[in-house]
Amino acid sequence: MKDDVTIINCQLINKAQALKDVSFEVKKGEIFGLIGPDGAGKTTLFRILTSLISADSGQATVDGLDVATDFRELRKHIGYMPGRFSLYQDLSVEENLQFFATIFNTTVEENYYLIQDIYKQIEPFKRRRAGKLSGGMKQKLALSCALIHKPVVLFLDEPTTGVDPVSRKEFWEMLKKLKTEGVTIVVSTPYMDEAQLCDRIALIQHGKILSVETPEKIIAGFPKKLYQAHSENNYLLLLEVRKNPEVKSAFMSGEYLHIVFNGEADETVPNLKEIGPSIEDCFVYLIEN
Amino acid sequence: MLRYLIEKEFKQTFRNAFIPKMILAFPFMVLLVFPWATNQEIKNINVTVIDRDHSAWSKRLSEKIGASTYFNLAGYADSNDEGMITVEDGKADMLLDIPPDFEKNLVNRGETSIMISANAVNIMKGGLGSGYMNAIVQDFAGEIRAEIIPASGKTGLPLIQVIPQGRFNVFLDYKVFMIPALIVILMTLLCGFLPALNIVSEKEIGTIEQINVTPVRKFSFILGKLIPYWVIGLFVFTLTLGLSALIYGLVPQGNLLTIYLSVLVYITTVSGLGLLISNYSSTMQQAMFVIFFFLIIFILISGLFTPISSMPHWAQVFTYFNPLRYFIEIMRMTFLKGSGFMDIWRQLAALAACAFVLDGWALISYRKSH
Repeated sequence: MKDDVTIINCQLINKAQALKDVSFEVKKGEIFGLIGPDGAGKTTLFRILTSLISADSGQATVDGLDVATDFRELRKHIGYMPGRFSLYQDLSVEENLQFFATIFNTTVEENYYLIQDIYKQIEPFKRRRAGKLSGGMKQKLALSCALIHKPVVLFLDEPTTGVDPVSRKEFWEMLKKLKTEGVTIVVSTPYMDEAQLCDRIALIQHGKILSVETPEKIIAGFPKKLYQAHSENNYLLLLEVRKNPEVKSAFMSGEYLHIVFNGEADETVPNLKEIGPSIEDCFVYLIEN
Repeated sequence: MLRYLIEKEFKQTFRNAFIPKMILAFPFMVLLVFPWATNQEIKNINVTVIDRDHSAWSKRLSEKIGASTYFNLAGYADSNDEGMITVEDGKADMLLDIPPDFEKNLVNRGETSIMISANAVNIMKGGLGSGYMNAIVQDFAGEIRAEIIPASGKTGLPLIQVIPQGRFNVFLDYKVFMIPALIVILMTLLCGFLPALNIVSEKEIGTIEQINVTPVRKFSFILGKLIPYWVIGLFVFTLTLGLSALIYGLVPQGNLLTIYLSVLVYITTVSGLGLLISNYSSTMQQAMFVIFFFLIIFILISGLFTPISSMPHWAQVFTYFNPLRYFIEIMRMTFLKGSGFMDIWRQLAALAACAFVLDGWALISYRKSH
């Protein structure tokens, strides 16, 4: 393992899974975000990095271990939380945790400090079957089980999809805490607002990585001025603006239209105002160019 | 490691609302219901007698038939056409047509003929029914001959009486024949198909992914799946042995060790088949369908109901690849004949070969699926 670098290079998958050219590095102890829409290839990438499937070609190492050849050793060093809840629904909270601890040849007590904050919240329900937990609690249990063997790298595949905003916020708090324990976290999400919470992010689309940077640098790298506009009927406005030859791109973002002009801003657009770009703006800009 | 996997499996199995009950209900069904339902002895055949002679002997013949446990006298008819109507209405299965001058011809000429017609929609009932009827008529003929000959003073032809003797199943009890074979079906379901469905369900729910990223070896995972069902299988087998002794007094004539050894070999065979199915199916629906397919074919060509020797040659060739066939033979031989290891070693070797092929295939295809 060289210089705090945990993950290196992964390339090409063809066929059904749509990974084309993926290459990035993750540094030890950072929260690395994979941001991209559904079908971008995030889950496939995770499944390769966690040794569940093998890539058609290319190479990837995690914690210095090749995912294709050293997968036995690798599995002791990683934690994986799939997007779908995959614990035993007919075992209780406690039994699930115990089970995953024992198959990793460790005990709940040994690494309890790592999951303490998370597990404490579901401990009152420890005799309840996992299948009977609420969505947020299931997620906490899944995270506890993925952490119980004190992994070097934690892979979280869309952990906040389908989780309410409060739980999402809580969840990111937990990730921050884990980071202080020295766990490297690779997390994927389709939510742009969560991108800001990562140390570095990779924007991924159609199996290709568009950019790997810190969120700040990605925003700073936005090459144009960004304007917002709105009117009574935003949809009509959008159609109209798109006809304007001066407009490079325009899309809806919440209540506003975000517009990038080719040259100078066209002041006839109603309620036009210059704003700072968000990750989403950068992502859309990168996709369109 | 393996210990925890097995422990987990048992916990899940016994926590399941349905499976433990089924596991217990199976042997009881197999012993208490199936042997009666699969009984192929034909009884209660309804006969319409068309007695056109109305003599003492014709009456005696119809009474003799009515007295047999196989036949019920459904009624009398005056003509064959009238008799056919009772068959068409479903009131009778067979017709016994006694011609006029039946008694007269017997006395004067020493011979006569009668006609037996059977409804052959159900081949089994029709075929066996005519057979039974024939036997009764022959018996009747024997009786009459014994009466006529001394009275007429002639020295008749020697009379040969056939007394069949059933060996190994003295009373030709169909249940005794079926129970050892039904146990085979039970073991196939418990040790072959139940673990297969279990593994596929882990695939479907996605828990297998979570296991696959742990250091648990695939081999341990599979063993962890199979061993609980082997234990359950052996337990249920023992339970069935006890129950069949208790209920039917059917105690294996052969050595228990030989029987248990065969059970073990068989369990590994069907487990391999189950694994193979689970490797190639990703949903329960697929797995269920494949299981039905194999189960039906295997049962039909196993000799469970119909003797293999009466199948056409090509079908017999199929049975060579059917593990059920060998185990059913072994079970019947050891249970009824008391065959020892030296008598069943061929079947046992064939089973072991099946196990080798199925387990090996399962193992190889399992590696590839990674």
